Amino acid sequence: MRPARLMKVFVTRRIPPEGRAVLAGAADCEVEQWDSDEPIPRKELERGVAGAHGLLCLLTEQVDRTLLDAAGANLKVISTMSVGVDHLALDEIKKRCLICSGIRVGYTPDVLTDATAELAVSLLLTTSRRLPEAIEEVKNGGWTAWKPLWMCGYGLTKSTVGIIGLGRIGQAIARRLKPFGVQRFLYSGRQPKPQEAAEFQAEFVPTAQLAAEADFIIVTCSLTPATKGLCNKDFFRLMKKTAVLVNISRGDVVNQDDLYQALASGQIAAAGLDVTTPEPLPTSHPLLTLKNCVILPHIGSATHGTRNTMSLLAANNLLAGLRGEPMPSELKL
Amino acid sequence: MRPARLMKVFVTRRIPPEGRAVLAGAADCEVEQWDSDEPIPRKELERGVAGAHGLLCLLTEQVDRTLLDAAGANLKVISTMSVGVDHLALDEIKKRGIRVGYTPDVLTDATAELAVSLLLTTSRRLPEAIEEVKNGGWTAWKPLWMCGYGLTKSTVGIIGLGRIGQAIARRLKPFGVQRFLYSGRQPKPQEAAEFQAEFVPTAQLAAEADFIIVTCSLTPATKGLCNKDFFRLMKKTAVLVNISRGDVVNQDDLYQALASGQIAAAGLDVTTPETPCPCWRPTTCWLA
Repeated sequence: MRPARLMKVFVTRRIPPEGRAVLAGAADCEVEQWDSDEPIPRKELERGVAGAHGLLCLLTEQVDRTLLDAAGANLKVISTMSVGVDHLALDEIKKRCLICSGIRVGYTPDVLTDATAELAVSLLLTTSRRLPEAIEEVKNGGWTAWKPLWMCGYGLTKSTVGIIGLGRIGQAIARRLKPFGVQRFLYSGRQPKPQEAAEFQAEFVPTAQLAAEADFIIVTCSLTPATKGLCNKDFFRLMKKTAVLVNISRGDVVNQDDLYQALASGQIAAAGLDVTTPEPLPTSHPLLTLKNCVILPHIGSATHGTRNTMSLLAANNLLAGLRGEPMPSELKL
Repeated sequence: MRPARLMKVFVTRRIPPEGRAVLAGAADCEVEQWDSDEPIPRKELERGVAGAHGLLCLLTEQVDRTLLDAAGANLKVISTMSVGVDHLALDEIKKRGIRVGYTPDVLTDATAELAVSLLLTTSRRLPEAIEEVKNGGWTAWKPLWMCGYGLTKSTVGIIGLGRIGQAIARRLKPFGVQRFLYSGRQPKPQEAAEFQAEFVPTAQLAAEADFIIVTCSLTPATKGLCNKDFFRLMKKTAVLVNISRGDVVNQDDLYQALASGQIAAAGLDVTTPETPCPCWRPTTCWLA
């Protein structure tokens, strides 16, 4: 039988060893976990959170009003193993009152910035230099010999790069692209960030201007009502025929039907997506038939070191929230 | 009929418009071209160079003693549309007093960019991941699925710190590389200073690097450099990238090293031969 003091923690997935060890070592917690690598079914999630003081979740769980109701009044901390928080109903979370202190939220910025920026650049380069196409030609016998104008791609040298959302990850991407000979950085967002932009002499411009002038566009903003469907047919119509789009933010920032049309018709040159709507993308989706569209299964932060560190941070955020202590990474609500 | 003054030029392939226009505009030349995107067959090449004053070729043509003999005594210049010159029999060419043109610098950026693209696509497992999207293997975001090797805090080893090697190091620096090592015929302290790169024996580079990029020229000294002895020294978690020439790597030994897990992964932009045999099925090896 559980002593009254132990706080109940529900963990929605099997998490990496470093995070798991921290939770296991917490004497004031009783940890229940969905012990699988696959996402927890909704019914099990609603059952599992009942009475929980703390919830450690991934971006695959919709923490909406229904789930908060299912959890009940004990819930004082939600710790997500992600930097994106669009899966959390923040307005609802803010409203909930536990002796008027509400539910605190922990997340994992910074520790995943390097891996995610690296993946964004990997995706950009693999798309602009046509690596998946080229690999296929090696395998299917299409490669006959070195030929001057065969399999040519778009180079970064002397290009204009546009970053939609110059946050931590956007800046880390710009930093990595600089030595490739980028001539000009543009960025768009809610407001200018002159201090951060100075490092790249990046110019703050309206999104429409960025669409029209950039050779490479990287979408790194958070998903909000303002950014949902931002990259739609109007956006693609403004883009250069030779431009490459890369999205590593959230699938919903891009209108996929419009993207398909833009790619299939040659309105834009190519696109690389690490995020889609839905996830996973159905294997029958038309975007998967296009040679100039590269799709990755949301692996932005996927290095062993980073995922372990994310789990450690998420676990520590959780425990701090349970104990009423300062969190290493608290989301300001 | 050809006036005695016109110099005969033989071009071994259809070349891009800018180059073609320059040759077309040369009033003192008569240009004959193998007008195809595919390589010229050897017999046609030997026929075509006969009596030529100038030869413009690609890396697909072996300019050896036989070809020089077939060309004859008029030949005064060989211009290759490449920076690599391992397809040219330089000793023979030198003996005959023939001048050689090549294309360094202008291809440095694009080649360094491709090297980094290949490194990243290999280390972050992009081809595998793309396949999982297409074949239904992608079920959901999972913490430890499809994890790759990151450059942050890594040691990068560059075999051959030439123009392209330096351009690669420059591009890798902001990814958080902790240490650059390089090996080659002699140290290059001025060039290396930009990256605080340490000149080390190749064996030490093999043992200490997390990412190894081969960017040296192909010579008798570098042929088969990356062989089983080299792979035995490498870390199990290390990634090898070759953008130099296929023959610098012993491909049979590479296959064993990859298949057995002796090294983590490899990315090759060059192979032996180039037109690979259809019977070759790479496993953790991505070729472009």
